[in-house]
Amino acid sequence: MLMIFLLGALKWLGLIMVFVMPVASLLTWAERRQSAMMQDRLGPNRANIGSVRIWGILHFVADAVKMLFKEDFVPAKAHKTLFRLAPVLAFAPVLIAFAIIPFGPTIHVDHLFKVLDPYSAPSGGERLQIFTAEFGMLFYFAIASIANYGTTLAGWASYNKWALLGGLRASSQMMAYEVTMGLAVLGMFLVTGTLEPGAMVDWQGPNPLHWGITVQPLAFLLFFTAAIAETKRAPFDIPEGEPEVIGYFLEYSGLGFGTFFLAEFVEIVFVGALMTTVFFGGYHIPGLYQNGFYFGDWFFELPHVVVAVLQVHAFIFKVIFFCWFQLLIRWTLPRFRPDQLIHLGWKKILPMSLANVMITAAVLLWLGL
Amino acid sequence: MQLAAYIPAGVVFLLSLGFVGLLMCAAIFLGPKKLTAEKLTSFECGSEPIGSPRARFSVKFYQVAILFLIFDVESAFMYPWVVNFRELSYTPAGAVSWFGFTEMALFVGMLVVALTYVWRKKAIGWD
Repeated sequence: MLMIFLLGALKWLGLIMVFVMPVASLLTWAERRQSAMMQDRLGPNRANIGSVRIWGILHFVADAVKMLFKEDFVPAKAHKTLFRLAPVLAFAPVLIAFAIIPFGPTIHVDHLFKVLDPYSAPSGGERLQIFTAEFGMLFYFAIASIANYGTTLAGWASYNKWALLGGLRASSQMMAYEVTMGLAVLGMFLVTGTLEPGAMVDWQGPNPLHWGITVQPLAFLLFFTAAIAETKRAPFDIPEGEPEVIGYFLEYSGLGFGTFFLAEFVEIVFVGALMTTVFFGGYHIPGLYQNGFYFGDWFFELPHVVVAVLQVHAFIFKVIFFCWFQLLIRWTLPRFRPDQLIHLGWKKILPMSLANVMITAAVLLWLGL
Repeated sequence: MQLAAYIPAGVVFLLSLGFVGLLMCAAIFLGPKKLTAEKLTSFECGSEPIGSPRARFSVKFYQVAILFLIFDVESAFMYPWVVNFRELSYTPAGAVSWFGFTEMALFVGMLVVALTYVWRKKAIGWD
């Protein structure tokens, strides 16, 4: 009992504190720097410690320290409790949702330096996934919808018209895309026959021709679009657009604002992790099986620990690739108008996802499952 | 599934809420506290706020929100079907049957009729 508790805590600390939070913080810098590069500017490159100035990477440290020591106050007319609760509700769900992401293979502690049998894994072992449940993806959908309350409450509790309107825009946008998001991935669930992300990764395996992107390309496109809309980023940044659209966290200062800001970047990392898991083979590397590399007839044997380390790094690499890709999308596409957004979600993505599910089912039956 | 399998979910809830709560507490205690009456008013770029933000106004996409409730329940119904698709698609003798597919095709057909109806009624859009 205590062992399960400690292992869960250890995996959470490993995933969130060592990977997600540093990457999300770095993204706050990477976003400004990447946009600068794309617009032929220099961007933030000055922050340094003494003579150490690694292209300005240290800006994220400077931002964090500054935000921590800024004055954080609640406006006089705001609803005190809800005003403080809203950032927690906006941020915590993303961190909780990471529980279903498998970020590495099953670790067999007593086989670390042995080569595993290619056809049967030893029993037991600890999977690098915090929460394994048959309803895995449903857990994510349920938890993610709590984040809606955070944004809507922030807008209402602020006692400010602009914040309220921003909160309403956020809620209508998230509602428009939750249905489509749930329906878009159905095709992938149908093919793999499971809702559990770990089982989906196992099903995909190390052969890229068997990955979600190859068997369900349309589902990937629709799901990725809906997921970006859920993160409320450009081209879907109607609730809050940094330079000109006043949003739901208008009245927040200091770390209250920082929490909303950081939540958005953690969501980027989460969308990256989700796409990796569902459509890009999770932690698998093409050709790397549990006993080593296979390329046609050529085979290179590797002990368990090396395979595990390589696979965890493959996961990290893929997630960072998707973070970069989302930044690229953000700085490439112009913003949608609210009615265009509803139009896209309900009249394009929704019918296409329904068609995708039924066609996938028919093809599966036609192929004899 | 044994109840013990849910412990990690509880751990994640505790740690995530604890971490974010800690951030919020740090925000309250670390920064300076110099409150003025001006600072505590609603932020409207320097002008005096007119009227109350608690006033009533027309909410756009209200109908879409209602539709969302209906379609979300319907999409939730498709999840068990998706997971059990393989069991539904074999006859007891082991041959492939189109039973599961036909059942869902009927359901999705009704869904499409409903969607077409609200579409033609112009319920989806700027009302």
